[in-house]
Amino acid sequence: MKNKLTALPKPVKVLLWVLLALFAYALPLLEPPIISTPGVDFGGVLFTVSIYCLVALGLNIVVGYAGLLDLGYVGFYAIGAYTVAILTSFHASWPLLLAIPVGVVAAMVSGVILGAPTLRVRGDYLAIVTLGFGEIIRLVAVNTEWLGDTRGIKNIAKPPGVGGEEGLFQIPHLFWGDGTVLLDTDDKTKFLFFGVLDQIPYYWMGLTAVIIVLIADILIKNSRVGRAWEATREDEDAAELMGVPTFKFKLLAFATGAFVGGLAGGLYASRQGFINPQSFLLLFSILYLASVVVGGQGNRWGVLVGATLVAYLPQRFREFDDFRVLVFGLALVVLAAVRPQGLLPPRRTVRAKKLEHDLEELEEGTGEEEAAHA
Amino acid sequence: MPEAILDVQNVTLKFGGLTALDDVSFHINEGEILGLIGPNGAGKTTCFNAVTGVYRPTSGNILFQGASIVGLKKHAITKSGIARTFQNIRLFPTMTALENVLVGADAQHSTGMLSALFRLPKHRREEKDGHDRAMEVLRFMGIHRKADELAANLSYGDQRRLEIARAMATGPKLICLDEPAAGFNPAEKVELMNLIRKVRDQGYTVLLIEHDMRLVMGVTDRIVVLEFGRKIAEGVPAEIRDNPAVIAAYLGVDEEDAS
Amino acid sequence: MNFEFLFNNLPELTITGLAFGAIYALIALGYTMVYGVLQLINFAHSEVFMYGTFAMLWTVMALGGREADGVKLVAIMIAALFAAMLVSALVALLLERVAYRPLLKRDAPRLIALISAIGASFVLAELMGLRDRIAGWFGLDDDLSEYVSGARINNSMAGVIEKPRWDVAGVSISSIDVLVIVAAVGMMVLLDQFVRRSRLGKGIRATAQDPETAALMGVNPTRTIQITFFIGGVMAGIAAFLYMLKIETTRYDVGFLLGVKAFTAAVLGGIGNLRGALLGGLVLGVAENWGSALFGSEWRDVIAFVLLVLILLVRPTGLLGESLGKARA
Repeated sequence: MKNKLTALPKPVKVLLWVLLALFAYALPLLEPPIISTPGVDFGGVLFTVSIYCLVALGLNIVVGYAGLLDLGYVGFYAIGAYTVAILTSFHASWPLLLAIPVGVVAAMVSGVILGAPTLRVRGDYLAIVTLGFGEIIRLVAVNTEWLGDTRGIKNIAKPPGVGGEEGLFQIPHLFWGDGTVLLDTDDKTKFLFFGVLDQIPYYWMGLTAVIIVLIADILIKNSRVGRAWEATREDEDAAELMGVPTFKFKLLAFATGAFVGGLAGGLYASRQGFINPQSFLLLFSILYLASVVVGGQGNRWGVLVGATLVAYLPQRFREFDDFRVLVFGLALVVLAAVRPQGLLPPRRTVRAKKLEHDLEELEEGTGEEEAAHA
Repeated sequence: MPEAILDVQNVTLKFGGLTALDDVSFHINEGEILGLIGPNGAGKTTCFNAVTGVYRPTSGNILFQGASIVGLKKHAITKSGIARTFQNIRLFPTMTALENVLVGADAQHSTGMLSALFRLPKHRREEKDGHDRAMEVLRFMGIHRKADELAANLSYGDQRRLEIARAMATGPKLICLDEPAAGFNPAEKVELMNLIRKVRDQGYTVLLIEHDMRLVMGVTDRIVVLEFGRKIAEGVPAEIRDNPAVIAAYLGVDEEDAS
Repeated sequence: MNFEFLFNNLPELTITGLAFGAIYALIALGYTMVYGVLQLINFAHSEVFMYGTFAMLWTVMALGGREADGVKLVAIMIAALFAAMLVSALVALLLERVAYRPLLKRDAPRLIALISAIGASFVLAELMGLRDRIAGWFGLDDDLSEYVSGARINNSMAGVIEKPRWDVAGVSISSIDVLVIVAAVGMMVLLDQFVRRSRLGKGIRATAQDPETAALMGVNPTRTIQITFFIGGVMAGIAAFLYMLKIETTRYDVGFLLGVKAFTAAVLGGIGNLRGALLGGLVLGVAENWGSALFGSEWRDVIAFVLLVLILLVRPTGLLGESLGKARA
């Protein structure tokens, strides 16, 4: 199946991708039953999904590609969100499109500042240092009046629309009755107005960001930079001895991850219109990490699937409300035991695992031979 | 007298109380194959590690092409033209053979994030250059048909060959091979030694650690013998073969092993 | 910055800090030992501690600790100590069995083990936080109302024991703080000796150093891992007991922050190193307390993490370096 797909001629493949993207854009208008979320605004859920996908793609660069365990990723997300909040509402009134780049750069700079001293220490220490970083960012926000302390920041700027309050044109949603599908002319989405009630334009914005980051991810992974990350993850010393300045590339991965995290935070703040430190609990760092690992770290498609599940399932099954975290925890334990490589591991890992065992036997054999030589 | 490409000058390396290398000096001339031999634990690999920047000598100096490389970062030493392989294979197992070699070839490149992101001409040029060089060394090592195999899936022998290919791809002047024939059968060993001669004929200088005395005798121009971190002999293979200290060192080890 | 307050109250602040630090240190042992043997961050260890606090609280309630005094109260407290140790140890063993062993057998990537531990941590904490609902399924919520009510809010045993304060050379010292410090340090010394001298302890150290060779020498790895979790659990139980003596209230999510702090303490001292855990815990506790006096208590947690980052920058392997056996190459 997979081989057949990759064997298709390039224009066909491009067409398939475009169709898939169009379907993704149209999803909230189609409101397909089963997938749609009763009781919660479907567009809003999809926006959350897109933000998780964005965050997971960014974290995958750090964890999946470069092999750096980051337990405080929410810190970068918070920096992006707070920068946007401060610049568009709390201490200035910049337009959003100017504030987001600043937020992204702020997140990236903080990534470099945090990474430069800590990326030299061993991996597990990095985990706890990043965890501490995430908490520090939140606690500083809680305790600093200039950052709105526990009360948070309101009236964060919305993205600029096209065509005013009514939009350029309006797109009706589908309505799924008993066995019939109708165009619901009462329920229309304005293209492109970022209001309060209709969340779909925000989803489009999030999805666009996901697609851009995804393309960038593919381009970077398939280059000297991507190879350097992978080599560093596999064997840092060997990579260094093959001429890879591993520290530089780890820092680059960290900064790139922070960049994407900051972008996600900025978009989130803009959609929400309001942020407070509660939006940046350590729990989120863990949810993001779970998104990456559940799907299969290192595989961007797996990571997207994982992020979608982590963001979507709790919304779809809201009736379990109180038991959400419990069920989520249970799912993680079961998944870890049943599919330790994640749902969609990088294809190569599967192949590699299969033969690793044989190679070990071979190595043992040569060990004996060596002993016989001596 | 030909020029020394690598000059190891009075290098001493101590770990806590243990002296791993004790005042070791030797040099390698451009274009020669120098064998570094000695019984187990004599400090051969330690010597490699000192040259490639894994360990910093406690005292002494190492000159490469006339300039000191002591204190340089490992990747900087590689870029300056010293490449190595590992005694126990250390490939990047989840990457293909070609990608492994590309990582080596990338040592001479400088494509960064932006070039890669926007597919700037530099990226394209370097990708093409790297790809060509990688395929060339893979072909040279006779494993180009397995370019798309995962390194972890290659046979043991091919993994050893891939290590050499990866080292060659970094564009070195000096290649340090750490027991490249370990685990090979005699026929394979002979084949590999022929290959090493071919490597030299391509213009590389080779520093070779090898356990098998006969093999080293056959392929090297000169030999340096270490024992307990000290140099006990140096000379052309014929001299080494008849050197009483060397014979004693090797016999001594055999006796210990037998007991 | 309130230097005056810090200097005027330095002895008191130090002693309370040491008491907190001693509790961190006891919890840190669980992290450090499991890390030493498995190279895993046992993220769910915080819940092992949390269950200990509830075991302590409920034992005191069930045995009528609120009304008791004198010898009876002491007996109840001893029973509560053992209950906490037992429950924590059982939870730790359960964790090993459910969340780790299946993964270790399959040689799963280390990150997945961490995810499994995070999942287990969620499950354990939520079970405690939803115990009113779960008891409701079995129609037990009325019978057990004393234990399951207010599952999401603080559960307290305030006022059960008196805490006399002693006046030593003009410094007011809480007797509980002294008890906590002495008990914790005593346990650490005992454990240190156990790991150094006993056969089991040597097995743990051997496995930490080189699992394969240890297995060849007849050390059963599974059993060693179990013992490691067990000891970590017992120590967390003692920590839970001391914590409840000092703080008197607990909650289903009490483990999280303490767990993070304890892990910080372990890393601070040098992970895998038992003495390091003690030192790391004490340093962290005191630094936190001094820092809160200086900057205000709302900065307490920030101080802990900043300290961690600073120490790792200066000494990347922690204060005492890593080693359960010896340093790993």
